[in-house]
Amino acid sequence: MAVQYLGLGEINGPLIALENVTGISYDEVARIRLDDGSQRLGRVVQIDGTRAVLQVFEGTKGLSLKNTRTAFTGKPMEMALSEELLGRVFSGAGKPIDGLGDIYAEKYADINGRPLNPVARSYPRNYINTGISSIDALTTLIRGQKLPIFSGSGLSHNKLAVQIVRQARIAEESDQNFAVVFAAMGVKNDVADYFRRSFEESGVLQRVVMFLNLANDPIIERILAPKCALTAAEYLAFEKNMHILVILTDMTSYAEALREFSSSKGEIPARKGYPGYLYSDLASLYERAGVIEGSEGSITQIPILTMPNDDITHPIPDLTGYITEGQIVLGRELEQNGVYPPVSVLPSLSRLMKDGIGEGYTRADHSDCANQLFAAYAKVQDARSLASVIGEDELSPLDKAYLRFGRLFEKHFVNQGTDENRSIEETLDLGWALLSTLPRSALDRVDERVLSEKYDPQSAAKFE
Amino acid sequence: MNTVFSINGPVVKVKDTSDFFMMEMVYVGTRRLIGEVIGVNSEETTIQVYEVTTGLAPGEPVVGTGAPVSAVLGPGIISNIFDGIERPLKKIEELSGAYVSEGANVDCLDGEKKWQVTLKVKKGDVLRAGSIYAVCPETPVIEHRCMVPPNMSGEVVFAAEDGEYRVNDVVCRIKDSEGAEHELTLCHKWPIKQPRPYNKKLSIDRPLITGQRVIDTILPIAKGGTAAVPGGFGTGKTMTQHQLAKWCDADIIVYIGCGERGNEMTQVLEEFSGLIDPKTNRPLTDRTVLIANTSNMPVAAREASIYTGITIAEYYRDMGYHIAIMADSTSRWAEALREISGRLEEMPAEEGFPAYLPSRLAEFYERAGYVQSLCEAEGSVTIIGAVSPQGSDFSEPVTQNTKRFVRCFWALDKSLAYARHYPAINWNDSYSEYSDDLAEYFYKNVDRDFLPCRQRITSMLSEENKLMEIVKLIGADVLPDDQKLVIETARVIRVGFLQQNAYHKDDTYVPMDKQFRMMKTILNLYDRSREAVEKGLPFNNIIATGIFEKVIKMKYDIPNDKPKMFIDLDVEIEQTIKKAEKAHAKEGR
Repeated sequence: MAVQYLGLGEINGPLIALENVTGISYDEVARIRLDDGSQRLGRVVQIDGTRAVLQVFEGTKGLSLKNTRTAFTGKPMEMALSEELLGRVFSGAGKPIDGLGDIYAEKYADINGRPLNPVARSYPRNYINTGISSIDALTTLIRGQKLPIFSGSGLSHNKLAVQIVRQARIAEESDQNFAVVFAAMGVKNDVADYFRRSFEESGVLQRVVMFLNLANDPIIERILAPKCALTAAEYLAFEKNMHILVILTDMTSYAEALREFSSSKGEIPARKGYPGYLYSDLASLYERAGVIEGSEGSITQIPILTMPNDDITHPIPDLTGYITEGQIVLGRELEQNGVYPPVSVLPSLSRLMKDGIGEGYTRADHSDCANQLFAAYAKVQDARSLASVIGEDELSPLDKAYLRFGRLFEKHFVNQGTDENRSIEETLDLGWALLSTLPRSALDRVDERVLSEKYDPQSAAKFE
Repeated sequence: MNTVFSINGPVVKVKDTSDFFMMEMVYVGTRRLIGEVIGVNSEETTIQVYEVTTGLAPGEPVVGTGAPVSAVLGPGIISNIFDGIERPLKKIEELSGAYVSEGANVDCLDGEKKWQVTLKVKKGDVLRAGSIYAVCPETPVIEHRCMVPPNMSGEVVFAAEDGEYRVNDVVCRIKDSEGAEHELTLCHKWPIKQPRPYNKKLSIDRPLITGQRVIDTILPIAKGGTAAVPGGFGTGKTMTQHQLAKWCDADIIVYIGCGERGNEMTQVLEEFSGLIDPKTNRPLTDRTVLIANTSNMPVAAREASIYTGITIAEYYRDMGYHIAIMADSTSRWAEALREISGRLEEMPAEEGFPAYLPSRLAEFYERAGYVQSLCEAEGSVTIIGAVSPQGSDFSEPVTQNTKRFVRCFWALDKSLAYARHYPAINWNDSYSEYSDDLAEYFYKNVDRDFLPCRQRITSMLSEENKLMEIVKLIGADVLPDDQKLVIETARVIRVGFLQQNAYHKDDTYVPMDKQFRMMKTILNLYDRSREAVEKGLPFNNIIATGIFEKVIKMKYDIPNDKPKMFIDLDVEIEQTIKKAEKAHAKEGR
């Protein structure tokens, strides 16, 4: 048995300090045994000579300066990995909580991961067909991408995430290689339950690894949950050659847990009290998506975050947007108008889309169609704000045409059923048909050649 | 022996020692992690570590190297991809696989590769600091010129034969005035935080041609100048930087991916090796150096990456090349400063940034310039820094402080990006102070009419801006015809001129001559229409002819190598409007 340290020097929030400690290293894990026989895990976050500061994963409730014995394991936080992970449920700290016992580990890996060498990445190109028009056509999801959903409280982001999981098809791949890693951070029990039920109904539950940290679970575990989830994802993707879709919800709770932890450590806060390293910390999660050269697997991330007060400039969505490769923004106004999914098209973006669409991936006319839809819909916003000032009747015929296009676009293109699975052909044809409701001269983003092929007022007639 | 006392993230402290000096490079721990001394006092020495400190324990040794953190400068830099402290990432991959491991002590430059060296000096020659003593072809387009380090000079006592040498082979020996001999290899070291000396700064009067219309024509940048590209996420900062790196007429591009996405670096690597530089007919990688500290790599190395990049740029400048640095993004660098500063518990200034942020930014941007180097060659370093303002708010400290030290400000605009108007540079918020410095160049090399045309185009845009205030209130229909004409012409300028398609084979790079002719044609359209409108032709009749749409599409319809087609287009404008006038006159009768 290794050396045990009796008692503590200080307790402050989730942090404890030990004095006169020797032979420990930065980031190593310690076991803290309480007098009542229960055991907690902690991690070294600071060393000053012989004084060590530890964060306790399960919280410091019940700890006193006297009732503990701490032993150091000599290793950083590791997680047991094997293919048995699939179908299992874990706590945020990676402990099985479904009552089926421990994982028989094939290997252990440090949950912090290591930075991926940029030269070892291969550039993501294959698109994932989600069957959702607004995503497939306008913010195409690419295998190996990190594409967050920026939502607000009460919007249908969970429904959308479930629909993506259910319908996501990677062109020409068999489903055998596909799995989902799901990490819930600080979500309510019924939300976690909704996901579990939906996975079960669509028959993918056996291919899902779940990490659950509910709203009342300790915050340190919340900080660990995405790290454990991504460690599992990396193992399945790059060692077992699977295509992994990682869903992280809700990143806002994660960032808030980080803020709580940082302030109890007494760190100097940056914007809105979040720690100065929030960007680096979020990046260390998001950057774990990707495709590695020479490996057949991939990690695609869909983090979900609720924008506090629907404010996209809040530090959490803001910093996320700077790291991720685009974003799908949900809008409250669309939701209120009964549009599902309420994808706010203009601020949404997929950065990797340009190299994963077109000839050989989706269809040759994809980028023309998408660009023109964006441009036309931007005009709709201008026409709407003008109409709200001078009234719809006073608008020029072109502006009226834009208003009509806007209505039809939201009703027929953005809006679709929760189980409606549109092929990319259907989606693009629908896009062209909607564009054809506009005068031909208004379509200034498209080559004449493409236009003469696709501009068809006949097809627009069906929207009457 | 000095040992680690305390560890807090990347900050490590050593107690009771006076062995280290500020900015000294040190090896920390048994795994020899690379670090830099950033604070010294009588009680403790503070070190920032450029690698992950997981597993480091108190009591592990800390060893000084006796030298500041330096870049190794020699052949083999171009076409390579380095991390923030100039370690070649490909070598690290060979050593440790797909993930970057700690303590990977690899040589910065390939020590085994042989270069075809031609000696430029013979025994007895007297060399000054910066003199060129040997050259070798580094890539098919870049000749590497080995220079005597700036702190050395003397008489040649040995010069090797021409032939194949490795970077660390001695090719020359010089004896200085005190009689000491120095060996010169193909490379030397230079501290990254110290600007390399030059003879004098020259005045800035040549543009950096980028082939992007909104930049070259409206907001030009000079060789040796500085520019900032601020913009919220998704506004196309990286895209703009990529376009500039691909097409600008610098000899060498140093692309610093500072705290940005890993996939973007992969994209640059892939795209640049596939793209052929029209001037040299060689892949763009032959003139590009990449420095990658992606957002998940250690934060202290992020701070160093900017300095490593600029030191490499200055080195090639001294040889007489024109370098453009793309720093994407300087905000991440500022945040790295903030993070380290927070760990040191320094007193924060605005938004947690350290109070020395402005002086650090100034030091960086002042390393740009058009200079006469020590060997009397002319070279320049142009810095184009992306800024990622928090919450797209340009009043935040990094944007505001950057603004004070750059002379070109290309503000990217969310609403333009939302409408997929790229490059999303907002012509009303942006400015360039170089347009006066460059006036003579444009006058001589493009056309005498260039600047007057540019002036008319910008006035038209600002007039549109004013008119739009009215349109927003009452709609465009009620405006008089001459104002409608301004609005419509401004639309042609916006969509047909300022907006540029990076994926179109002709539109992605547009030579100055075509840019000028496009302006001329737009103004011609305006003048002709105005004449007709003044004579009583209703403006809607002109619109109905579709000639405005035709002019908008000229960027696609007229290939870059067929400037004659502009004459045809001008004729068409003339005829179309005449026809409309005739038809109108007939109707009237």
